[in-house]
Amino acid sequence: MSCRQVVKRASYKSKIKDPGTPGVLTMTENKFVFRPNDPSSAAKFDVEFKHITGHKNTKEGTDKPPWLNLSDKDRCYIFEFGSFHDLHVCRDFVGNALAKSGEAAKASSAAKTTSEKSGVTLPDEQLSTAEMQLRMKLLQEDSELQKLHMQFVISGVLTESEFWATRKKLLDGDSRTKSKQRVGFRSSMILDTKPMTDGRMNKVTFNLTPEIKYQIFALKPAVHQAFLTLVPSKMTEKDFWTKYFRAEYLHSTRNAVAAAAEAAEDEELAIFLKEDAILASEARRKIRRVDPTLDMEADQGDDYTHLPDHGIFRDGSKDVMELQNELYRRTLSQDLNRQGAVVLQGRTVDVDLEDPRTVAEALMQSRRESDESAEQDRLDRITRMTEIEDLQEHHDHPVAQLCIKDPRDYFDTQQVNALKTLDDSRTGTEQKKCSLTTEEAYGSLREAISKIKSIGLKNSTVAPEIAITVLNGLTQNISSTKYQLGKNPQDSVLDSLPNKTKEELLHHWMSIQELLRHFWSSYPITTTYLSTKVGRLKDAMSQIYRQLEEIKQSDFRHQVSLLVRPMHQALDAAFQHFDADLQKRAARSGGETPNGNS
Amino acid sequence: MKFQVEDVTVYFPYDHIYPEQYAYMLELKRALDAKGHCLLEMPTGTGKTIALLSLITSYTLSKPQNPVKLIYCTRTVHEMEKTLAELKVLHNYQVKHLGPQAQILAVGLSSRKNLCVNPTVLAAENRDSVDAACRKLTASWVRALAAENPNVPTCEFFEQYEKAGSGAVLPPGVYTLQDLRAYGKQRGWCPYFLARHMVQFSNVVVYSYQYMLDPKVAGIISKEMQKESVVVFDEAHNIDNVCIEALSVSVRRQTLEGARRNLSKMQHEIERFKATDADRLRKEYNRLVEGLAQGGNLPLTDTWLQNPALPEDILKEAVPGNIRKADHFVHVLRRLVQYLEGRLETENVEKEGPVGFVASVSTHAGIDQKTLKFCYDRLHSLMMTLEITDTDEFLHIQTICDFATLVGTYTRGFSIIIEPFDERMPHIPDPVLQLSCHDASLAIKPVFDRFQSVVITSGTLSPIDLYPRLLNFHPVVSRSFTMSLTRDCICPMVLTRGSDQLPVSTKFDMRSDLGVVRNYGRLLLEMVSVVPDGVVCFFVSYSYMDGIVNSWNENGILKEIMQHKLVFIETQDVVETTLALDNYRKACDCGRGAVFLSVARGKVAEGIDFDRHYGRLVIMFGIPFQYTLSKILLARLEYLRDTFQIKEGDFLTFDALRQAAQCVGRVIRSKADYGMMIFADKRYSRHDKRSKLPGWILSHLRDAHLNLSTDMALHIAREFLRKMAQPYDKAGSVSGRKTLLSQEDLEKMGESIADEMLR
Repeated sequence: MSCRQVVKRASYKSKIKDPGTPGVLTMTENKFVFRPNDPSSAAKFDVEFKHITGHKNTKEGTDKPPWLNLSDKDRCYIFEFGSFHDLHVCRDFVGNALAKSGEAAKASSAAKTTSEKSGVTLPDEQLSTAEMQLRMKLLQEDSELQKLHMQFVISGVLTESEFWATRKKLLDGDSRTKSKQRVGFRSSMILDTKPMTDGRMNKVTFNLTPEIKYQIFALKPAVHQAFLTLVPSKMTEKDFWTKYFRAEYLHSTRNAVAAAAEAAEDEELAIFLKEDAILASEARRKIRRVDPTLDMEADQGDDYTHLPDHGIFRDGSKDVMELQNELYRRTLSQDLNRQGAVVLQGRTVDVDLEDPRTVAEALMQSRRESDESAEQDRLDRITRMTEIEDLQEHHDHPVAQLCIKDPRDYFDTQQVNALKTLDDSRTGTEQKKCSLTTEEAYGSLREAISKIKSIGLKNSTVAPEIAITVLNGLTQNISSTKYQLGKNPQDSVLDSLPNKTKEELLHHWMSIQELLRHFWSSYPITTTYLSTKVGRLKDAMSQIYRQLEEIKQSDFRHQVSLLVRPMHQALDAAFQHFDADLQKRAARSGGETPNGNS
Repeated sequence: MKFQVEDVTVYFPYDHIYPEQYAYMLELKRALDAKGHCLLEMPTGTGKTIALLSLITSYTLSKPQNPVKLIYCTRTVHEMEKTLAELKVLHNYQVKHLGPQAQILAVGLSSRKNLCVNPTVLAAENRDSVDAACRKLTASWVRALAAENPNVPTCEFFEQYEKAGSGAVLPPGVYTLQDLRAYGKQRGWCPYFLARHMVQFSNVVVYSYQYMLDPKVAGIISKEMQKESVVVFDEAHNIDNVCIEALSVSVRRQTLEGARRNLSKMQHEIERFKATDADRLRKEYNRLVEGLAQGGNLPLTDTWLQNPALPEDILKEAVPGNIRKADHFVHVLRRLVQYLEGRLETENVEKEGPVGFVASVSTHAGIDQKTLKFCYDRLHSLMMTLEITDTDEFLHIQTICDFATLVGTYTRGFSIIIEPFDERMPHIPDPVLQLSCHDASLAIKPVFDRFQSVVITSGTLSPIDLYPRLLNFHPVVSRSFTMSLTRDCICPMVLTRGSDQLPVSTKFDMRSDLGVVRNYGRLLLEMVSVVPDGVVCFFVSYSYMDGIVNSWNENGILKEIMQHKLVFIETQDVVETTLALDNYRKACDCGRGAVFLSVARGKVAEGIDFDRHYGRLVIMFGIPFQYTLSKILLARLEYLRDTFQIKEGDFLTFDALRQAAQCVGRVIRSKADYGMMIFADKRYSRHDKRSKLPGWILSHLRDAHLNLSTDMALHIAREFLRKMAQPYDKAGSVSGRKTLLSQEDLEKMGESIADEMLR
């Protein structure tokens, strides 16, 4: 990574209004260099990253062009890129480089502070380059993490090791490789890709996407097999699918006789209509590995009532089914069971779905591989199943780690619940923020009364139209938020806010989470190091607290305050604990050394 | 834990015990002391099996002078496996605490199909072909031939086992079928014959009902069991049906055609033997004159299904003269087959008693009752003489002889019904002649007579006074236990109306109503969206389930259900159903959640547990009544009314509700477990129907839950699930009614107190 550099075409602007100088931007690990196309231009510079204090960029999807803004103490460099892709590459690189230079700076400053604040030393960890690179990579992959890192580590609220100490899991190389969540199949049936008829013509249309093709292969090994043998040697892919859907259509008409007749004429069509021989053999193989406590097939081998003609053939408790043309009869039940099995098996193939041929081959490969013996596992399961759980001491069950891909999803879903409870508790005690002091209110009231006294009540003090609009506006606004928020789990309050506020809120939420985690993990305070750390954290938190207060003053006061409230509550709790703890410690130290105090 | 039940020290493999388990053991012990039979109903999910196994093994341990053998009968192989797994836990515990003296030998016994390890034999498709394939390799004459000619294939596992002779024994321990196979493979001995041999020496034998009840099988397997055995029928709520099945035979066109083929082949064989080995046929004739139909003690491998009639009804006489000659016998059978063919070609339903039928056989085919009676044994003897090994080919003629012997032996409790087609599908001609047994007490009588204690136990034996009447025995102990609970971990509900407030039912005139179908669909859909993990549904029949699922598919309800959970269905194909169940469990294990759609009288309802997260909710769609127009059922009802004074309606309701209770009872396994049960039919709200449910369900069925609509049920479900998610006091020590007893608790209080707690 150290040798990496990024070269992009971009134009440089000193101000936003500036038309810009086209040129080439080269970024290396510790500096960035701009060379304008026109060598005579003065806009040529070479800046080291350690001077850069901040970077911003425009968002994709807004009407602004792709700009990257790097700023140091007194000036800013704005680059306009050809595409957002370029921008993203550069932004990530810059973020990375900044983080690194920040670390270097901090390391040196940390060295200084430790020497100053004598005694408060941590075992200074010597990081291997590999570990360093891992951290870099993590930061690079996760922009949220990077933001947090920037905010706290570089501003000195947390030290590098403190920051990473809470993320040991991430640093654990093993879990990292696994953590990538794979998307499974959808539960709903694709087999009934409903044909669409346009009503006028005698034509049915089926929709087919690569995803559906893959699922068809997974669901029907016979089709899969046929695809591999027939395409492209015997027929084109299009013909193949046409034929397949013809079979599907025949099946959907539930006319087993017609299907049988068609199949008799067309050999390839018969493949699709017939029962899946591969599935049947697979079933025979699987049945041997099934849990013996639910193996009903074994009964059939044991039970003498399964002898033909043994027992009562046609009594009231037994069921009758019409079974004719069995070969061409596929039941919904079979489809459902098969669908379930495939969904549970999950996606076994990790290739691009565009080309059905490669998908088919990869699937074949994976089928061969998935033949492992789980005998021991099975036996363990039986013993676990037979024990009666509450008659004995509790066993620890193996736990699979929950992987939430995007923490924001979780936040979003939880928001509704939080709001609900808030809403419930609020109904009784409606709090109104009023910036008026009592004197002012008293004054205005007196004024109004005297006005009424002098003019009488003929004309009301406020124009009725205005009053109505205000009233309407207020009712609508308040009632809508109050009654509609949290009712529908699909739309969250967050989405109703403008993007900027939303971003800000989410960012604060993340930061608060991070700070609080560090904060609570520092208790009980046993060393001076911890107490300084807590102090630092508290300062950072009160800063965020104030920022939140500011956000609350925006137009969407009601919604925002709903969102901000849980954050404030969490912070308040932390502050309270901090103060209480401080007092306690003061009292204790006072008690211990009464002389020093007096 | 270790405690005293009167004078027996019981070793129980857990640290705690439920009071009802203790009370159960107490009753069981008294029954054993009294050397009598008993009938015990205890709710599912209270550890019946382990209580029973602990008590009986401990009983044997405490009375070493006359050890009791336990014969444990299960309905299915998977229940057998479950029982053996529990016994394993118990055995390990007992050996750990008592040392080697506690060692016992326990084997599970099943057919060749489930025990064979010979790959060439196992390649056969079904049970009968496996049996035949085994005979081909192990029959005494085949082995005699192989001794001379090394090219004749034999089974190496059986040869090894034979060579080991009396040294071929199983060391003490608990052997599941899997373990037996593994042991057999390791030693190179045939596990099937080893198990068969060890049955006489083992302390606990676990096998299926048929091995005890069906005279054909019991004659081979269970004839050597000593009188001092305790026979347990677990999950015995359907025992009357098993008994009836054991003595019933049906004959169809295919059977008769097959029988004709068999007869020609036998004739052919006879001709061949006449030409080459006439001496053999003469020997057989002489033996039959002496009255030895069986030909003395046969080698183990040659044994055949025994006479279908009950042991004391088999005549110990010489075979009648007119069928002693092989030719003559084949001829008699031909006439019988021809007669039956004539009877099958009827346009109307015919019903006859055995006496009338025998008389008509005698006049039309010239075969008298005594000849009929000896058909089975005579066939058996002939097959041996002809050295026929591919027995699976000869099943049809066997069926005919079964029928002949039964019809010739019994004069009451049976009827013969000939139907030209199934009434539910009158357009498909499928004539069948059925010899149906109506009296369940016939088949089980020898068991009650032979063994000193027979225990009939299940989670649903309500009403408990009906079973002694149906089975015609006098239990010394007959007791129904309730469940002691710290929290209401089961929540039965009766749902009578759908989301549109219209009544739902599977009554014949309502079941195809689209509104009902939709309401049932909405019910399931709403429920899957609130209930976590597994949901099980039971329908009244396959055809109904098929229809309703198809219409759910058409109107999109199924798709919506699938957005919440995966859907699996029971089909009539057992392999597919087994795999579907396996996948269902996987889906519940991994947290995806699933719905299993199943049939109330099907294989799944019979013995698969949906405990813990495998079933948080059972929905019983409708009341699983039998098809009441069935001729056989009507004949049986008539018989029950005339002989036992049981009213038709009572019996039908009893039968339907025991099935329903059995279905919903599958959700609970222990008191830590919890589950909901929804009875979705308006008829459940009627007292006469509902009151037939077992007491442990009724006691949890609150009046407020008797007449719900979908939305109310949904609300209750939500509340219930929330309540169950809270931590609770397991031992029930706060409320005063202890629901979990430790060793000290038991020592402190006498058994009288434990007994009282449950009343």
